[in-house]
Amino acid sequence: MAKKTIKINFDTGWDLAPAPESTGHIQLNEQYNLFIGGKWVKPSSGNYFATTNPADETTLAMVAEANNKDVDKAVKAARKAYDTVWSKMSAKERGKYIYRIARLIQEKAREFAVIESLDGGKPIRESRDVDIPLAAAHFFYYAGWADKLEYAFPNRKPQPLGVAGQITPWNFPLLMAAWKIAPALATGNTIVLKPAETTPLTALKLAEAIQEAGLPDGVVNIITGAGETGAAIVNHNDVDKIAFTGSTGVGKIIQNAIAGTHKKATLELGGKAANIIFEDAALDQAVEGIINGIYFNQGHVCCAGSRLFVQESVYNIVLRKLKDRMESLIVGNPLDKNTDIGAINSKEQLQVINKYLKIGEKEGAEMYQSNCSIPKKGYWCKPTLFTNVSQSNRIVQEEIFGPVLAIQTFRTVAEVIEKANNTPFGLSAGVWTDKGSKLFNMTSQLNAGIIWGNTFNKFDPTSPFGGYKESGFGREGGLHGLKPYLKF
Amino acid sequence: MSKTKQKIDLSSFPTVDQVGIGDRIERITKRSIKKETKVQGLKMALNMVDLTTLEGADTDKKVIQLCNKAQHLHDTYPDLPTVAAVCVYPNFVKTAKTNLQGSGINVASVATAFPSGQSSLKIKLLDTKIAVDAGAEEVDMVISRGKFHEGDYNFVYDEIAAIKEACGNSRLKVILETGELGTFDKVRKASDIAIAAGADFIKTSTGKISPAATLPVTLVMLEAIKDYYYKTGIQVGMKPAGGISNSKLALQYLLLVKETLGKDWLTNKWFRFGASSLANDLLMQIVKQDTGIYQSKDYFSKD
Repeated sequence: MAKKTIKINFDTGWDLAPAPESTGHIQLNEQYNLFIGGKWVKPSSGNYFATTNPADETTLAMVAEANNKDVDKAVKAARKAYDTVWSKMSAKERGKYIYRIARLIQEKAREFAVIESLDGGKPIRESRDVDIPLAAAHFFYYAGWADKLEYAFPNRKPQPLGVAGQITPWNFPLLMAAWKIAPALATGNTIVLKPAETTPLTALKLAEAIQEAGLPDGVVNIITGAGETGAAIVNHNDVDKIAFTGSTGVGKIIQNAIAGTHKKATLELGGKAANIIFEDAALDQAVEGIINGIYFNQGHVCCAGSRLFVQESVYNIVLRKLKDRMESLIVGNPLDKNTDIGAINSKEQLQVINKYLKIGEKEGAEMYQSNCSIPKKGYWCKPTLFTNVSQSNRIVQEEIFGPVLAIQTFRTVAEVIEKANNTPFGLSAGVWTDKGSKLFNMTSQLNAGIIWGNTFNKFDPTSPFGGYKESGFGREGGLHGLKPYLKF
Repeated sequence: MSKTKQKIDLSSFPTVDQVGIGDRIERITKRSIKKETKVQGLKMALNMVDLTTLEGADTDKKVIQLCNKAQHLHDTYPDLPTVAAVCVYPNFVKTAKTNLQGSGINVASVATAFPSGQSSLKIKLLDTKIAVDAGAEEVDMVISRGKFHEGDYNFVYDEIAAIKEACGNSRLKVILETGELGTFDKVRKASDIAIAAGADFIKTSTGKISPAATLPVTLVMLEAIKDYYYKTGIQVGMKPAGGISNSKLALQYLLLVKETLGKDWLTNKWFRFGASSLANDLLMQIVKQDTGIYQSKDYFSKD
């Protein structure tokens, strides 16, 4: 008798009815100007570009395109604010403003969350429970440091750098702005920030909140635009510090551009994290960690656990559990409270992901996608995994930045450490084992800035974040996050 | 395939990570269950209730009243499902059996020196036999938690296997009393032992110990059931009992089952709620979905 494969039937006929978060309470303008010197000013070119909702391809708002002139204006405003107000203000007073921004984010949390999901495609569950609360938490955390810098760096007389140019990515728009603005303000710097061109809206809403908080004019300037605007910030002579989160490619360009200048920099770039499952791990929870590691925010996460290593003795059962767990992931409308995986952030990114799916299949890897349905309009990618891959595959080596997991097996600790470190990146890693000694042995040998033990993608403002090798340098978050904005 | 006792390796059991369990449950409790999903879920839950009375003060008349309630949940509302079973002490099985005749509602009886289980195997077998002979279709036994904590897993296993044999054709639910086990690792271990020894159902609690059923502990047990199913293709049922008194929580349990074990478990053959006050809350919610108004509790019969 042929052995029947035992399969769990997830087609239950009891599906969750739509539960969309309402958009009635949000306020979005049709057009946004540049926030320079505490005022909303028109771009000197007169050009505006559209920012769209990746879930239905509709235009949400028109956003100003800042050119060299506008960048110069913004940097001048920041310099003036630094020279005349911000560097002269007592640290305690500075802290109060930061606390005020934190509270305003909390007050407007719902609006921020909905706009974040509309503009970026991430599920409301994440923007509501992760992005926005963490953004507020970062402001609260660094507000507390503002008047305690002498204690953070005893006997070293910490001084601000001056004007910080900050460029943020599209995967966590408000959160990345918070990671950059909060420590810069706490250390007494002024700011010119450029959010990513596909997701500028929450940064612009943050500008409104900053205005409401009464922050002195020019301390924070938020200007919008694409790569050229970013380049203008990087190349401006009067910028003292560049903080960039984004692709390794752009990070290299920035480092080239600032070579030989006085500018300091922190770069938080790509990643291809190893998520390592040992046979003695709590396997069901490890499976949950794999899901959180790679499908959180559609895999648009620089620290995503995109390279899975499973010890051979438990490979079959882990794969089976993983595939079953994938069946209950709901892909669709980002504003639906039940959505687990939202829309791919942009058409361009979807093309990149699809390119890699093709490469994977061409390389002989076996592709598996869950049986979920996806909407007709908008940009979507089903949760995907590849088996039958090795370190030699491009889908294992290169950052895909999508919901695509590459699974390999290993036999020994030494083997998995070698493979995990065998990558140009070094941002994060995850280790799953029930044995504490094994966990600590692993953490001291993995070349990654962040290592999670029996969990993945957990963030906290008190914990420094940053990478090794092509994942960049410098740390954001925690006490370490103050240092890149100070001179001693 | 029918359930018989299986060989089990008592030296090693899968581990459970408490933080991970918490994360998974958070995903479940954040789901929004609305409209037709809610109505369908409420009716499904009602059909899974084991209406229970396990008091020292129980009498024949009290049991008869409960049987009436089981058959007439809310007669003014058409096409309501019935509850799955009425659960009583062994000496009331006969009464319940007589009063539920032809209703399709099962009689479940606790046994094995419920709730402490502190007695000899002889007494426990006799207790079980009395319940089965009186016509109980389902037997809810308790495991020997003391022996379990002593590490005498063979004893626990053998005892369950012996009771299973005494059950004959009646289905056996094995109560782990998770509130006395202390860790999820131990809950997992007890689940695996019970399943291997022949349990048709594993059940969280007697209802006499706090904490009783919780979503996290239920997930740990569902995962044990899933692993057994992967290995053998044999289904084992799950019954959280105690502390589930409102509809929202009941729906979250069902969602947990849906996302862990899927369709085949979303029936009262494989999933039950051990509860006394849950039925009325479900009824209140079902009627509310229809009329748009919450009635006072006094519009639903209490037996």
